[in-house]
Amino acid sequence: MSAAPAGARSADGGGRPAVTGMVLAIPLAFLGVFFAVPVVTIISTGLRERGAWEPDAIIDVLSSSTTRRVAWFTLWQATVSTLLTVVAAFPAAWLLARVRFRGRALFAAGLVVPFVLPTVVVGTAFLTVLGPDGPLATVAGWFEADLDLRRTATAIVLAHVFFNYAVIARTVGGAWYSIDPRAAEAARTLGASPFQAFREITFPQLRPALASAASIVFLFTFTSFGVIKILGGPRIATIEVEIHRLTADVLDLQTAAVLSLLQLAAVVAALGVYRRVGQRQGQSRLREGTSVLRPAHGARRVGMIAALASATLLLATPIVLLVGRSFDTAGGPGFGYYRALSEVGRGTISFVPPTEAIRNSLLFGAAAAVTALVVGGAAAVGLTRLRGAGRGFVDSSLMLPLGTSAVTLGFGFLVAFDSPPLNLRTSPILIPAAQALIATPFVVRTLLPAMHAIPDALRDAARSLGASPRRVWWEVDAKLLRRPALGAFGFAYAISLGEFGATVFIARADAPTVPVAIFRALQQPGALSVGQALALSTILLGLTAAVMLIVDRVGERSLGGF
Amino acid sequence: MTRHRTTRAWTRRLAIVFAAALVAAACGDDDDVASTGGNGSDGGEQLEDVTVTVVTHDSFNITEAVLEDFAAETGITIKVLRSGDAGAALNQAILTKDSPQGDVFFGVDNSLLSRALEEDLFIPYESPGLDAVDDVYELDDEHRVTPIDTGDVCLNYDKAALADAGLEPPTSLEDLTDEAYRGTLVVENPATSSPGLAFLLATIDEFGETGWQDYWRDLRANGVDIAAGWEEAYYGSFSGSADSSGDRPIVVSYATSPPAEVVFAEQELDDAPTGVVVDSCYRQIEFAGILAGTRHEEAAQAVIDFMISEPFQADIPLNMFVYPVIDVDLPPEFVEYGAVPEDPYLLDADAVARNRDEWIETWTEIVLR
Repeated sequence: MSAAPAGARSADGGGRPAVTGMVLAIPLAFLGVFFAVPVVTIISTGLRERGAWEPDAIIDVLSSSTTRRVAWFTLWQATVSTLLTVVAAFPAAWLLARVRFRGRALFAAGLVVPFVLPTVVVGTAFLTVLGPDGPLATVAGWFEADLDLRRTATAIVLAHVFFNYAVIARTVGGAWYSIDPRAAEAARTLGASPFQAFREITFPQLRPALASAASIVFLFTFTSFGVIKILGGPRIATIEVEIHRLTADVLDLQTAAVLSLLQLAAVVAALGVYRRVGQRQGQSRLREGTSVLRPAHGARRVGMIAALASATLLLATPIVLLVGRSFDTAGGPGFGYYRALSEVGRGTISFVPPTEAIRNSLLFGAAAAVTALVVGGAAAVGLTRLRGAGRGFVDSSLMLPLGTSAVTLGFGFLVAFDSPPLNLRTSPILIPAAQALIATPFVVRTLLPAMHAIPDALRDAARSLGASPRRVWWEVDAKLLRRPALGAFGFAYAISLGEFGATVFIARADAPTVPVAIFRALQQPGALSVGQALALSTILLGLTAAVMLIVDRVGERSLGGF
Repeated sequence: MTRHRTTRAWTRRLAIVFAAALVAAACGDDDDVASTGGNGSDGGEQLEDVTVTVVTHDSFNITEAVLEDFAAETGITIKVLRSGDAGAALNQAILTKDSPQGDVFFGVDNSLLSRALEEDLFIPYESPGLDAVDDVYELDDEHRVTPIDTGDVCLNYDKAALADAGLEPPTSLEDLTDEAYRGTLVVENPATSSPGLAFLLATIDEFGETGWQDYWRDLRANGVDIAAGWEEAYYGSFSGSADSSGDRPIVVSYATSPPAEVVFAEQELDDAPTGVVVDSCYRQIEFAGILAGTRHEEAAQAVIDFMISEPFQADIPLNMFVYPVIDVDLPPEFVEYGAVPEDPYLLDADAVARNRDEWIETWTEIVLR
């Protein structure tokens, strides 16, 4: 690599337009092909369903009382779910960032497990917990109250907290970990209360990461589908559920298209709010070599126990229930359901040997996570070089897939990719591509705050020692970003393992993954059907925890460990 | 830059195992290719080496050997593309009708048939095998679709739970409005579920164009629970499914659900845990058709013939839990625990086509608002 003279600095903060353009070409091309083309195709198909544009019909949909009610409920539940998730997961973020305790690695990896579990499987566990025979009703019974939370908005919000807990805990925890605690400690020695020190020193530095993670949770809950369907019942509808019903059941593409546009508009507005809140740049300093983890004593210990207890209660209860049921066969505890995986349905075309399902999941996961890391990494690098409106546009565009209905995208693939040069409908590429679309915002949202946190002083020092801009980027930025990049990679992998989004609608002749095998098992009644679904879910959560453990370990090693 | 190499050995080992698994997985792809069919080695057939793609829903299943025998006999390899439930699969086929994903579509039922026919999804073909099929199943005079299987959507009940509550199983739709059955029933939303729609049609058939609305008002007053789809109802709300979290002893499911409970029981059962209310059933007939735009029309016709031939028909019950349309021997579980209603509800296809959307809208107003 040739060393450019020290004076060849690019414009302050920004970059050379040609380089910026080249870097941004990767995410924009990816989004263009796999997001913009299918979504625009399906929406315009819907809007011109009867051959021509019909503005009156569009206005009718938008002004109907049903639309208003559904839109309002969607916004309400997403906002409440996001706020509650932030509050519930914040202690866990602190725990991951500041406290050394046994089982920390396992705790960090285990948090991600709920994120990948199929809602129909966890949903039944939730129904038990929330129903009239569940623990909550028992507690209410002590106060002589009847409590049945099934089919309520409360159930939806609680489930959203369960599924999205890891997004806040791990993203915020990761950012918190890289904040130098000495400033807060100095404030404490100067007489500030712990709360003051947190509010004045730590919180402002956490804000970008917190806003990032919260915006992702908001988008996830805004477009949530399975949770609403199983826990909310048919009286509760969100925009996403309506789009799904109109597209997959009723085939009213026109109304579906209008609602898709409404959903996109709401998401763009929410992202605008997010940029106002989250824009202020943090002051954090990534550190090398020394650990910020402290052993738990005194108040810290109380906090640790409280955080662990709340996480366990919320996350572990349904999971333990699920794992337990997977071994709870009629003849006592045993591996009956696991054995059934390689026996029931053998010789039929639906049969998936569990090893093959695991293999497919791991392969698709690797492909999706690598794609998301490349696309999201390039996007994050490009974004740091942009300013103003261009930046806002690119940033929001990258987040849009999270806020788009899975059914819109899935049906979009179908109608847009039916002829060359994009004859991809049944291509195996489509599955990891669709997953990478959902995972990319995670990568961007994790990398951006970390990139902003890199001290300019380090770059200046490198430059003054004669490093070229490329060299500076490689030696300073790339090295400091490895840990957040790995974290993002892990999440991307988890998203793929859980088969989020549009993949449900992609027709596939072979290569079924673990979630696909779960859905197939649940097609028929019978103890073995349910049992197989439970066993596969247990395998899926084990797989997820293993992937996260490895990713975390590698991340720690590259940053000097504890 | 200094680094502390403090990796623990076990993580490294775990990582190596993982990497090895990935590599092995990447290399092992070849085994799959052969699984979808034979290679038509007996050369003499005119349709040698044609692949016919059957587009269908997630519930489609058949024994691999049956497809392989067909391939060996005719040289036609059948490739199965599955996506979504019956409704989603049909809508996808309609959306892609100008450039279909396959040659044959399997899985449109009588309540959605009109939608498929209006969209000119299929080209006509009158299979000689139809001679063996009862005429009541042939709903299209132009033979654009061929009946393949039939099933009945019926009330199922949890035998133990009803006995515990001191209740007899209901014997008619009317019974469900009885105070004794308050809070016992869960049904699927007809707007989002095919069995839900079938059950609504059964009530319309029973109580007539005006009476069904009052019936549903009574059901609502009697505490009927509504689930979005079959999985949500059967696994989430119904108490009779294995390992259930539900507390409703009566559900809208299929006449073949009790046999499925026995076939997929974890330990051999002496009796089915659930029963069928025989006089509550609505007949569903599932059809297949040749997709307009196929490039293998002749081979697609052979596939339709195959689907109503003895080997395929006899393989249907234990794989899809519906009944064949020709006379073949049924598995013992079906004979013993299945119910074959004498005179199931069935509305005229044209009436369903004309009124379906309005009925669903009215139902939604009555039951959900």
